[in-house]
Formats: sequence, C-alpha cells, structure tokens
Amino acid sequence: MNAHYPALLVTVPLLSGFVISTAGWLNKRFCFPIAVAALAVSAFSCVGVLLQVIEQGAVIYKLGAWEPPFGIVYHVDHLNGLVLVVVSMVALINLIASKRTVQEEFPEKLGPFYTMYVFMCTGLLGITVTGDAFNLYVLLEITALSGYGLLSMSNNDRSTFATLNYLYMGTIGACFYLLGVGYLYIVTGSLNMRDIAQILPSLYGSKAVVAAFIICLVGVWAKMAFFPLHGWLPNAYTFASSAASGLITPLVTKVMIYVMIRLILTIFTPAFAFSVVLVSKPIVWLAVIAIVMGAVLALASRNLKKMLTYIVVAEVGYMVGGAWLGNRIGMTGAILHIVNDALMTLCVFLAVGNIVYKIKDTGFENLQGLFRKMPFTMGAFVIGAMSIIGVPPTCGFFSKWYLISGGLQAGQYGFVAALLFSSLVSVVLFFRVFEIGFYEPLADHHGHGHSAPQPEPQPQMHPMMDEAPVSMLVPLMVVAAGLVLVGMYTGDIVEHIVRFAIPNALI
Amino acid sequence: MKIIGLFIVVLTGGFLIYAAADFPAWGDPNSPASLHVSPYYLETTVELTHVPNAVTSVVADYRGYDTMFETTVIFTAGVVCFFVLRALGRKGLREESQERLYRHVLTGVTVRVKAGGKIPESSDFQRIDVSWTPPDLIIKTICRLLVPFIQLFGLYVICFGHYSPGGGFQGGVILGASIIVYAISTDLRSAVQRFREKTDALLAATGVFIYAGTGALCLLLGFNFLDYHALAPILFVDRVMARSHGIFIVEVGVGIAVMSTMIWIYNVLASRGHYDEGL
Amino acid sequence: MEDIVQTVVAKYNYWIYITLMMLGLYAMIAKNNLIKKIVGMNIFQTAIILFYVSIGVKKNATIPIMQEVHGHAVNVAAYHNPLPHVLMLTAIVVGVATLGVALAFAIRIYNQYKTLEEDEILAQIRTREEQMGKI
Repeated sequence: MNAHYPALLVTVPLLSGFVISTAGWLNKRFCFPIAVAALAVSAFSCVGVLLQVIEQGAVIYKLGAWEPPFGIVYHVDHLNGLVLVVVSMVALINLIASKRTVQEEFPEKLGPFYTMYVFMCTGLLGITVTGDAFNLYVLLEITALSGYGLLSMSNNDRSTFATLNYLYMGTIGACFYLLGVGYLYIVTGSLNMRDIAQILPSLYGSKAVVAAFIICLVGVWAKMAFFPLHGWLPNAYTFASSAASGLITPLVTKVMIYVMIRLILTIFTPAFAFSVVLVSKPIVWLAVIAIVMGAVLALASRNLKKMLTYIVVAEVGYMVGGAWLGNRIGMTGAILHIVNDALMTLCVFLAVGNIVYKIKDTGFENLQGLFRKMPFTMGAFVIGAMSIIGVPPTCGFFSKWYLISGGLQAGQYGFVAALLFSSLVSVVLFFRVFEIGFYEPLADHHGHGHSAPQPEPQPQMHPMMDEAPVSMLVPLMVVAAGLVLVGMYTGDIVEHIVRFAIPNALI
Repeated sequence: MKIIGLFIVVLTGGFLIYAAADFPAWGDPNSPASLHVSPYYLETTVELTHVPNAVTSVVADYRGYDTMFETTVIFTAGVVCFFVLRALGRKGLREESQERLYRHVLTGVTVRVKAGGKIPESSDFQRIDVSWTPPDLIIKTICRLLVPFIQLFGLYVICFGHYSPGGGFQGGVILGASIIVYAISTDLRSAVQRFREKTDALLAATGVFIYAGTGALCLLLGFNFLDYHALAPILFVDRVMARSHGIFIVEVGVGIAVMSTMIWIYNVLASRGHYDEGL
Repeated sequence: MEDIVQTVVAKYNYWIYITLMMLGLYAMIAKNNLIKKIVGMNIFQTAIILFYVSIGVKKNATIPIMQEVHGHAVNVAAYHNPLPHVLMLTAIVVGVATLGVALAFAIRIYNQYKTLEEDEILAQIRTREEQMGKI
C-alpha cells in the first residue's frame, strides 16, 4: 500500500462519501464512524506520503498508469506534502470536535451533512496533491459546491443569502481560473503543470502567457478573499454553523494560497513571476491594504465570530504579501504561515464553537464572565489569540518573524509596518475580549441582577463551571498544545521541509 | 453598482481582447494545442483502448480521473439541493398551514380544504396542485407512450458511446429526462410514486460508487488507481480489451448517477422540498 | 492597418466569446434580481465553454471518431482535437451543478424573505437587525 498513498488519501474519503450517503438513508448511526474512519485513513496516508517525500524526494503517482502529460499525475513534493498533513489533521480534529453540534443542528440530515464534509476534504486534499492544472479546477469545484452546502444551513437566518453571494464570487473565481488554464492550453497545448513549466520559458514574451498568469491569479484571489475581492468572506463564515465554519475557515483560504504559491513557483517559475511580470510591488501594496483594512474592520465589530473572520482576511493579506516579496525568507514565511494559520484559526474557531454551544450567541454583550464558566475553552482561546498576535513560543510568532525579515530584506517597509500595526491591533482586539470575559461580573440572563438590595452577598448562585462536553474539549486542547509544539519545532520544519519546497532559483 | 460593473467589465474585456492578439487563428491545424498532446490521443485510441471515439476514450480512460470527480460534482449538487431544501420531519407543517385542493373526479367539482381541515377520504377525490390545469388527454397519452422510447434511446446513447457521439453523461441526462417528462405531463406525485425518493438517492450514490469502486478495485489488484489493465483477469479478456470494457463499466456508472441526480434535483426544486406538489 | 483587419477577421471567434463573457459578468455584478444574476452566471460559464471548444477546431476536419483505417497511420489533421471537448464535458456538468445549487438557495431565500430583489432583501435584513438590536 505504500506506493498508493497519494491515491488513497483522496479516494478513501471519496468512496466513504457514497457509503455515508447510503447510510444516511438506511441507518444514520453509521455516518459519523465511517467519516472518522475515512479521514483517519486519509490523515495516515498524508503523513506516510510526507515521510516518503522527506526520505526520497518527490513522489509521482500516475493515475490510470498513463504517462504524463497524456494522463493525470499526482506529484507530491515538500510543499504539498506539508499542506496535505495540515489539511487532513485539521479536518479530522474538527470532525471529532463537532459531533455534538451536528447532532443538534441537523438531526435528520446527518447523511448529507457528513457526505458534504467528506467531499470537501476530498476536494481540498485533491487540490493539494494534484499535478494537473485542469484536475485542480474540477477539485476546486467539488470543494466549492460542498462548501456552499455546508455553509448555507444554520440556525441563523442570514446564512443562505450570505452563501449565495459567496457562490457568485466563487463561481467567478473558478471560471477565471478555468479561463487562465484555457489560455495556457492554447499557447502550450498541455495541461500538466510541470510540462507547461517546461514549455513556457520560450514563450515568455507572449501577451497570452502574461494574461494567463494574471487571470489565474485573479481567479485564485477571488476564492481566497484577497482585497478587493474579499466582501463575501465575513458574512459567509460568520453566519455558518460551528461545524462548517470550523472546517472551512481554517482550510479553504490556505489551500487557495497554496494554489497561488504553486502558480508562482512551479507553473510560472519565480523568474517569470517576479521579473517578467512587474506586478510584485502593487500586489504587496494590495496586501498592505488588506491587512490594515482587516484589522480596522475587526476593531469595529461587536461580534466575536465576525471579528475573527476579519482577522482571517488580514491573515490572507500576510500570506499573499509574503509570497510576493520575491525572496526566499518571505516565501518561507508564507508557507510556514499556511501551516500556522490553519492551526490558529482552527483553535479559535473550535473555542468559539464551544462558546456557541453553551451560550448560543457570540455578541460581546454575552461573553461576560466566560473565564470562570469555561476555563479550559478560554484557556485554549488565549493560546490561539497569543498565536495570532505573535507571541513566542506559539507558532504565530515564528512565521511573522520570517515575514518581517523578508519584508525588511526586500525593502517593503510598508508591508513590515502593516504587519506590526496588525499585531498591535490584534492585541487590542483580544485583550478587549479577555477583559469582558475576565473582569465583568457574571451576567444575569433574566434581567438586571440588582433589582432588590441583598442583605448579605449570596453564595454562588451561578454554577462555577459550565464547560463544554469532553468530546468538544479534548480536540481543542490538542490543537492548542499543537500550536506551541509546532512553534517549538519551527526550526526543524523549515530545515527539513520548507527549505526544499522553494526552488533554489529564489534567493 | 451599474457604473462599477460597467467599468470592471470594460476593463476585463479590454484586457482579454489584448491578450487574444497572440492566439493562433481559428481552425489552424498547426496550433500548439493541436500539436502537443492531442495527436497522441488520436493516434493511440484504437490501438491502446479499442475505442474509436477519441472523446470517450479520453474522458473515461486517459483522463478518467477527472471524470470521476465530475460525476462526484453532480452527485454533490444533488446532495446539496436535498440538504438545503428538503423539508423532512416537518412535513406536517406544510399540510396544516396551507390549504389543499381536491377535485371530485366524477363531477369535476373542486373542493378547497382549509388549513387544518379534514381530508376527504374516498377515492373519488383526487388531490390536485395549486397550479392545476385540466388534464390534456393528448399530452398525457403521448408522453406515456414516449417514455419507454426515450429510455431506450438513452440506453443506446450510453452503450454506443464507444462508436458514436455519446457516453454516460449524455445518456444519463436522456434517461433522467424520461422520468421528468412523465412528471411534467401528469404530476409530480405519480412520478415520485413510480420512482421513489429513497431509490433515487441510493441509485445516485451507487452510480458514482461503481466508478470509484472500479478504480479502487484496480488498486486492490495491485495496479494504479483506475488502471483498467487490472480488470483483464477478472473479465477474461486481453489487456487492451479490458480497457474498453473498463470504459464501458464506468460509463454505465456515470449514466446511472447522472439520471438519478437529475431526477432528484428536479423533484427537490420543483416541489420546493416538499415532494407533494410540483410543476 | 491590413494587419489589424487580418487579425480581427482570423480570430473572430475569440471576440464573440469575450463579448458573451463580459455580458454575463455584467449581469452578475449589476443586476438586482437574484435570478438574473444566476442567468448571468450561466451565460459567463457557457461563453467559457464555447471558447474552449473553439480551440479544438481544425479546418476541413471531422469529428474525432476514428474511421476504419487498418494499417494506415492516422492523419491527425483530419480530426478535431478531442481534448477541449473532454474538458468541456466537465465544465458543462459543473455549470449545471452550480445552477442547481444556486436555484435551491434562491428558493430558500424566497421562502425566508418573500422577495428575490437584492435591495429589498438587504432592507429586510437591516430592519431585522435593528429590531434585534433594540431587544
């Protein structure tokens, strides 16, 4: 089975999707275990394939046993090996943590929900592992469709309308990507990523190639919510159910960033992306605007979940800016930030999921006294917040360090200033939440607590601790611990994996 | 919004036109697209897969992996429509909160039953849709007569995809259309009675499972995923014929999946999730 | 001048498809009605499909179904390019799937807000938020 890891990690979730769909009609109790088993096998294969890549270099898997460029080929190198492991782990952890919320919100439609969940994972893993440009489009659409389904149903009234707006933007993005691949096909005649990369250098002067690059880039930006195409993200992710936002928010934007990095590094080599097409500086300025705008809008929101989605917009700005700095350190920072941001976002969204499970709303006025009520959840939330701010030894600090160094080396002082500004704003954002959670007295939900003067202070009438159930707490703790662990092992990750993910041509 | 839209559209259109200046002319047989990868498909399709239709062999064999995900896409669309709209467990809500129309068959009198009222028991009363039109004998009869021919043609398109334009998707849509034409010409309830929702959903999953399962079978037999050579010992044919048969098996799977999903989506959308009234 | 006219005439298929694409894109951005936006999305996707299929055309060629040519080498220039057709099979299916999902969303939104005009929906959302904010 070793040789088949690349195929297994995509097809096992795919096959399980159909089994879950059938089980949803026959016996609903099997849906969750099958999904967990499928994602566990997939995670195991991802780790296996990454270890293979570290040992022997790139792993190539020919589907249907056709030689590239005639058939579709899976090409796993250090870059996607790393992203694969992150995606499958995040999906698995979120699946386990959200079992209760799904049972509560969609009791009769467990089959379709888990089917869409597993298809989404299939799509994300497939986007990461494929070496064929058109195959990427098909998997992009699977991810998108299952994402729309997952995001559109929740207890909130606004989710369907927000998802429809996401659908428009997502379709425009995917169609632009398809158009870009079409342009590439017209001028090269091939769909295989590395084959295109071989044919392109002789065509660098052609306008069609430049256009293909920009069209593909705009398409991917629309899907990752990079300014100015970010309008759909805050609404779509805020009003979704906890299980859906826990899966989609950490992963989809990061995988799109991976696609962009793949475009820059592999299909259009760094020489083309940074020297022939002179768009790096404007893109970094767009990233600066994205970061500043995300930070400012996060300050303006009165809802915890919405605040976090604006932070996601800013994080996308970090990664796009880091990738387009044009030097090795910046690219390292961007790749490292893919891993770190996925984990941080998962941590805070799982914590918010626990809060929603207990309190049903995330407006700031409802968060009072949370530290006493849910100490473990809020503890993990604090670790996630530290990572977003960039406090050592959590992983967020290290990727920010790389990004800032890269910015200084490239002379993009605006980018560095934006990074520091956004860290300061994150401090304000999260300490505001901590203050509400810590210091204000426990809110009395039925009215105002001081209607009649009490002769003596009442002993605790409110429960000391009303924590979320264990099945939701343990994954959260694991992720929070993971944030610190990944931070401490950053050196190893960069040394053994990220260093080889970036071609030597990039200094 | 209109001005912004106009501006974006003019900008994008201008950019695309500017880029198209470098394209090969229309119909040029020496364009890079025609010279690089596709000659291989045209030259080897008969000798390596025994399938004269190059499009079918590329769809189901050379790039069969794409087609598997494409079938998954259409299945996912069915699942999403079901998930979003289907009103399960709250069926009672619609029946109680809306008035229903019943028609006495013998006299043609329409009875309107108000919300929460008693439903007439006898079989003389027939439930009709809110948007009911008098049944047209010609349309009903012709459609009923046509359905088996449409289905036969759909099966033909699936099976002859090897030798003439056709294949799983096309045949599946035609098969689905046969049930939908029955639903449109009579009413949704009778079509759902003949092809129930549970059967529909299970068939859709089975269809795509056949496709992905064939690939997994090849994997389990030691070859790469979707390498149809692995099927040669099972089907008792030589390796090249095994590819042709493998293509046929997956096309059948695709046809089943597409038929069921088309009907599923139509039912869910036309009845707005309630499966009782429709177009 | 001759050059430009030559270019325009030789590649007229591209101009048509780009125009169609931009029409669809404009409908998606500028129209108010949800169904019109969905129709625009469909036009946009269909234009891209036509664009791809036009890549595979060769002058004086026939459909890519091999005639019985035992022993002779296949004359590649006599058959249309099959690859864009294959890619567009996928794109058509994806377009249909997205259309189905978008319509399902539109039906659900109509059930919730009783209108399909975007500005009215936004106005209703605003009033609901204000009401909830007051409570």
